[in-house]
Amino acid sequence: MQHAFEAGTLVAIVAGIVGYFVVLRRSAFAAHSLSHIGFAGAAGAVLVGVSPVVGLLLFTSVGGIGMSVLGVRAANRDVQIGTVLSFMLGLGVLFISLYTGYATEAYSILFGEILGISEMDVRVTAVASIVILCVVVVVFRPLLFASLDEDVAEAKGLPMHMLGIVFMLLVALATSVAVQVVGVLLIFSLMVTPAAIAQRLAKRPWRALVLSVIIALGSTWLGLTVAFYEPYPVSFFITSIVFILYLLVRLSQARIKTVHSH
Amino acid sequence: MQTGSMAVSASIEPVVTAQNLVAGYPNKIVWRDASFSFNRGELVAVIGPNGAGKTTLFRLLLGLQQPVSGTIRIFNEPPRRGNSRIGYVPQRHVIDSETNIESLELVHLAFCGHLWGFHVSAKFGRKTALVALDAVGATELAHQPLSALSGGELQRIFLAEALVSNPDLLLLDEPLSSLDIRRTSELVQLVDKLVRSRNVTALLVAHDINPLLPYLDKVVYMANGKVATGKPKDVLTSDRLSALYDTQVEVIRDSRGNIAIIGVEVHHGDE
Repeated sequence: MQHAFEAGTLVAIVAGIVGYFVVLRRSAFAAHSLSHIGFAGAAGAVLVGVSPVVGLLLFTSVGGIGMSVLGVRAANRDVQIGTVLSFMLGLGVLFISLYTGYATEAYSILFGEILGISEMDVRVTAVASIVILCVVVVVFRPLLFASLDEDVAEAKGLPMHMLGIVFMLLVALATSVAVQVVGVLLIFSLMVTPAAIAQRLAKRPWRALVLSVIIALGSTWLGLTVAFYEPYPVSFFITSIVFILYLLVRLSQARIKTVHSH
Repeated sequence: MQTGSMAVSASIEPVVTAQNLVAGYPNKIVWRDASFSFNRGELVAVIGPNGAGKTTLFRLLLGLQQPVSGTIRIFNEPPRRGNSRIGYVPQRHVIDSETNIESLELVHLAFCGHLWGFHVSAKFGRKTALVALDAVGATELAHQPLSALSGGELQRIFLAEALVSNPDLLLLDEPLSSLDIRRTSELVQLVDKLVRSRNVTALLVAHDINPLLPYLDKVVYMANGKVATGKPKDVLTSDRLSALYDTQVEVIRDSRGNIAIIGVEVHHGDE
């Protein structure tokens, strides 16, 4: 359980931070796609006898660079991305069917199984998290500027291509470690929704970022605590908590709007 | 006569000069043989139909594109990317109803967005940003989210963004396109005020020249791969524009000085 909290904390922090940029750049679908691409990597890693995280990191990094090289427009082309996604999922299914070991591996990749995380994987998560944090500290302001006002940032000489690649790599890293907690299919609950809630509530980027991390952390800790007492998946609790928060914020903002318009 | 001409020539200092400039790509020329000179403190309109290459001129000035041939110099140097003496207001912005960030942040980023890692000077940027917002009359919009602003208000914020580095040259790409008559007039007057009070040069791309006419020093008219530059009264004539379009064009003035350009099968003012 201690490992679960350690890894969960690290994941929530980096997912909250990277998720802020994912929502800002309207790249939620790209983030979602990367997790599916990672699935094939994770399943392949299990087949080969290596930890799934390694496969995730490899496949998401390559996929992230690929998407970035193809250009921003390509990352938004739903149909093309979707086609590649389904192929990747199919690959993953193949790898899993070839694997003659424990069948629960597939389940844990798809839905997360943080409770059973090994010390080795916690270390890998820690290293990935430190890398992410260091990169974010360096690129935070230029990436924010490039995301908010592309043309002016370009005119001011910001390296737009490089920033795009760095962003996708950050998403790849964060997604890979987040899959351990909530799995490939529920990645939104850590990578997108906390940041989406935070952006609705805060008008300053720094505050929205911190709020995003707080929401992700709170949901993860609460989810882990409840899962300790109730025999249901951690990822279900985290996803539900985040979902309820989102609903509450949307509802309260809609009511404020109605009050103001009278 | 001496005092009169001295008052005029004191401010003649070329900011942008071009000689036989050809723009576009080797296999796709957009316009050619452009020679012009814009001086400090001038308000210049860049007019022409869609696709004539107005934005190309800006890309050349910003160092984002290289000329096919000819020379272009800004402040006596070749154009380069990231020249802080140029303030740029582009046409597109990704701001939509989801962008909850407050205006001050955007203007602040224009000041320090190119700084990597930790920077103490970023804190002082907020003051500079507020000054820029004040210059465009948008101080009360500072803490409003961008998503809540109207078209006219947003244009002021984008202008503040461009002013934050205290530029000597302002490039505004179609700032009036989404504005109604009153907001157009307000923005044009604001740009004119900034040009005169700061003694900066401003190039403004527009579809309709009429709102700008009372304030213009020069006009750049682009059409049909050709460029005509000069004072409005010299360029906006039937003869000059007919030569530009290779077809009979009539320029008509009404009693208030408004101009209508008749006889051209191109999209003026269409989006």
